[in-house]
Amino acid sequence: MIYSLCFVLIAIGLYGVVVKKNIVKIVISLAIMEYGVNLFLILLGYRFKGEPPIMDQAADASLFVANAVDPLPQALVLTSIVISLGVLALMVALCIRLYERYGTFDITEMRRLKG
Amino acid sequence: MSELLIILLLLMIVGALVAIETSNLLSSIISVGAVGFLLSIVFLFLGAPDIAITQIVVEILVLVVLIRATISRDLTTITGDRELFGMIVTVAAVLAVAVLSVHMFEQFPPFGVAVMDRVAGAPSTTYLEQGLAKTGAANIVTAILLDFRGYDTLGEATILFCSILGALTILRRKARKKQAEADKESESA
Repeated sequence: MIYSLCFVLIAIGLYGVVVKKNIVKIVISLAIMEYGVNLFLILLGYRFKGEPPIMDQAADASLFVANAVDPLPQALVLTSIVISLGVLALMVALCIRLYERYGTFDITEMRRLKG
Repeated sequence: MSELLIILLLLMIVGALVAIETSNLLSSIISVGAVGFLLSIVFLFLGAPDIAITQIVVEILVLVVLIRATISRDLTTITGDRELFGMIVTVAAVLAVAVLSVHMFEQFPPFGVAVMDRVAGAPSTTYLEQGLAKTGAANIVTAILLDFRGYDTLGEATILFCSILGALTILRRKARKKQAEADKESESA
């Protein structure tokens, strides 16, 4: 159920990318897709009543291994979130350049891009 | 627990739909900000406080960048979608992928069972068992990020700097003017 809702989020992003005409909306749709994928990876590592993978001084080591959620997807999603920020900054820079050149965000007006 | 997650996810889906379908660009950006903050709340409930903090910081930066890019520019409505045939084809393709992936959902582990419990000798278990002794970091996520998989973080930093360098190169003006002047000089000479 939760996985399918997560997939719905990704599908909404995909729909926005392929259907919308406004280039900023396409960038926003890509961000939504990223949210969906990151959430999916974190969901894969979750276990019921899981604790954050941060050790307590008083905690028992074997109990910690049995209770903590999977730390590996979290570390990799952390990387992915930061990279998505860089990619988004690059896309927005391209949008600003295109706006200065064509005076609009509408991709159907950018005729010279057509191959 | 999972009911709460479902409610939050439904709110995120509503926010995403509003962000994509609303006509005003500024409200669309604010809706995507709402989706991002809801996502960070979901991360908190999923036992990932590090990700939640990072998500909040990145979300604020994303909002600032997007609003800076669109404010005082074209906020007028761009109505209509792309040409009808392409839209129908793409929507059909999205639906087909959705139908196909319903079968894929059965392959997933049930929600609430971590992947590392299903795979014998998963690296995550090793990290959890020996993380403190090997790296001295109480936070295992940090131990993985900066120690066990330090090269991944190095690659991440490289990508981040490359993308910011690319954005600056796209946005700069001064050097382009100098280039134009140099072209003129070479023409006159």
